[in-house]
Amino acid sequence: MTTDTVPTRQRPSTDGQPLLRLTDIHSYYGNIHALQGISIDVFRGEIVTLLGANGAGKTTTLRTIHGLIHPKKGKIELDGRDITTMPAHEHVRVGIGQSPEGRRIFSRMTVMENLQMGGYSRKDKAGLHEDYERVFDLFPRLRERRSQAGGTLSGGEQQMLAMGRALMTRPTLLLLDEPSMGLAPILVEEIFAIMKDINRQGTTVLVVEQNALMALGAADRGYVLQTGTIVRSGDAKDLLEDPEVQKAYLGG
Amino acid sequence: MTTAVQGSRSRLPVLDRRWLTPIGVVLALVGAFLLMYLGSCSTVGAGTCDRFSQGEDQFINALTVGGMYALIALGYTMVYGIIELINFAHGEVFMCGSFVSWGLLTNLGFTGPISDPLLLAGVLVLAFLVSMVVMGVVGVVIERLAYRPLRNAPRLTPLITAIGVSFILQNIIFVGISNSFVNSPQIIPNPLLELGAIHIRLINLFVIVLTLGLMTALHLFINRTSLGRAMRSTAIDRDAAQIMGVNINSTIALTFFIGSALAGAAGVVQGLYFGVTQFQIGFQGGLKAFTAAVLGGIGNTTGAAVGGFIIGFIEVLASTYGYGRWSEAAVFTTLVLVLVFRPTGILGQQLADRA
Ligand SMILES: Nc1ncnc2c1ncn2[C@@H]1O[C@H](COP(=O)(O)OP(=O)(O)OP(=O)(O)O)[C@@H](O)[C@H]1O
Ligand SMILES: [Mg+2]
Repeated sequence: MTTDTVPTRQRPSTDGQPLLRLTDIHSYYGNIHALQGISIDVFRGEIVTLLGANGAGKTTTLRTIHGLIHPKKGKIELDGRDITTMPAHEHVRVGIGQSPEGRRIFSRMTVMENLQMGGYSRKDKAGLHEDYERVFDLFPRLRERRSQAGGTLSGGEQQMLAMGRALMTRPTLLLLDEPSMGLAPILVEEIFAIMKDINRQGTTVLVVEQNALMALGAADRGYVLQTGTIVRSGDAKDLLEDPEVQKAYLGG
Repeated sequence: MTTAVQGSRSRLPVLDRRWLTPIGVVLALVGAFLLMYLGSCSTVGAGTCDRFSQGEDQFINALTVGGMYALIALGYTMVYGIIELINFAHGEVFMCGSFVSWGLLTNLGFTGPISDPLLLAGVLVLAFLVSMVVMGVVGVVIERLAYRPLRNAPRLTPLITAIGVSFILQNIIFVGISNSFVNSPQIIPNPLLELGAIHIRLINLFVIVLTLGLMTALHLFINRTSLGRAMRSTAIDRDAAQIMGVNINSTIALTFFIGSALAGAAGVVQGLYFGVTQFQIGFQGGLKAFTAAVLGGIGNTTGAAVGGFIIGFIEVLASTYGYGRWSEAAVFTTLVLVLVFRPTGILGQQLADRA
């Protein structure tokens, strides 16, 4: 399934302007101060992972990037353009796609209709057909089950559908919220392999994970979030070696 | 790489499951006709009364009235499906629609049947178009002013504004037009047509074909178009729809437009078929259509259509058996029974479920 013929991947450059930049973001749920001034950079071509315990604010970070929550303070830039106050439904048009926490597929719509929803904002018929094929090639199971209701898929298949649906938006930046949640180890490997594949084909990835070992193994860099603040960041390799990170997230 | 395990096929090799729905519909219609046939002539002395043609009349009458309720019910169910709000002002939208068509036809100088078929067709198209567009816009304005600001408020709040909007619309008609019945021009001539064994009046044929046509169009729109998918996805998961690029505000507005336009069409039917309208018809018409929506499973468009016809049949059956004055009681007893014993309705609680 993975394309082994692709030459070894060059480490993306982290000089210059990042694709995504969060600066001092503060997000709230009512009075709850969920993000307390976080700053994150994601550079073009990278896989960056966001780690942290339950309730640390990882999902809130992705929701804030996507405009589902608007921060009270701070700035979000995509390719230098300020998108802090942009409404959620406009994000696909600037190239942000997401596979959200809990998959959130449209249960009473078929697999095909779910994928069509991913392409909702696109007008390029030819490109859309190309991308359906690309998604079906990445996830052959979805091709078999294209007219089955999304809600009747297994957990793993639903995760594939959520990723496929996000890919149908043809994102330059793909946000993945716990793509391995609830999956058997072999399927986790498969999902990560596909994520690396997608990245090699040119999509920048910001992935939230509980499975820190897998995530750091696949990522270029990582950030560690703790109760709404970034407590560690750096190269994935260094984070893997970091005794604090090992103790907290790698069970070491 | 994966070997798909084929699920065992349906155990009925002859009777494909796809046929169950049409067969059920046919059986229900035959049953309804039999009930009407048996009940006919029960109020007058037998002998002079032709049971078959009486039963046939009642049956067609039920389909016509039921179609009108179904058109209104679709608006209740679509709005509930997408924002979980019972739009109690919806009956008033139907009522206003009947006044729009009344105003248009009387101002154009029509008082009775139009015999020129071309002119008739043109005037009908105009009446439906105007009433549907005007009421569609009214529906969008109601949503914008009375419901959208309250989208995150406790669920009782928009229910109260809905009742407020109802009174406002009633008052506008009451003060501005008439405090009693007005005669609406019945512009469709009324010959009895013979289609094989079926005898049907032109107005009934027109209304039945129109309602079935509008329902089919709605069904195709919801299930086959990109905007229809946007509506369904918004009904299922608003945040997920947004991250796919769906503007939920305009999608909800579109839902109100379509639902209200269908109620506007039902308003035109009210005038054409019954020849009268009044500022209070929205209350009962709305409540009956609401019963139809609940009966079919609120949120489910196919259910609303089916429910509308069932309510039409219940109402007409009551009068066929000589209990015409009890027909309202029969309909609302149905509402109570459904709410108590099967609150999700016959077809369950889904927007645009494929039946
Ligand atoms: N809708 C909400 N209303 C109020 N508080 C919320 C809401 N969603 C999240 N929170 C709170 O915000 C904080 C961050 O939540 P978030 O979902 O971002 O955590 P997370 O890091 O994604 O956790 P997990 O690993 O369990 O998914 C938590 O304390 C949570 O209780
Ligand atoms: Mg989370």
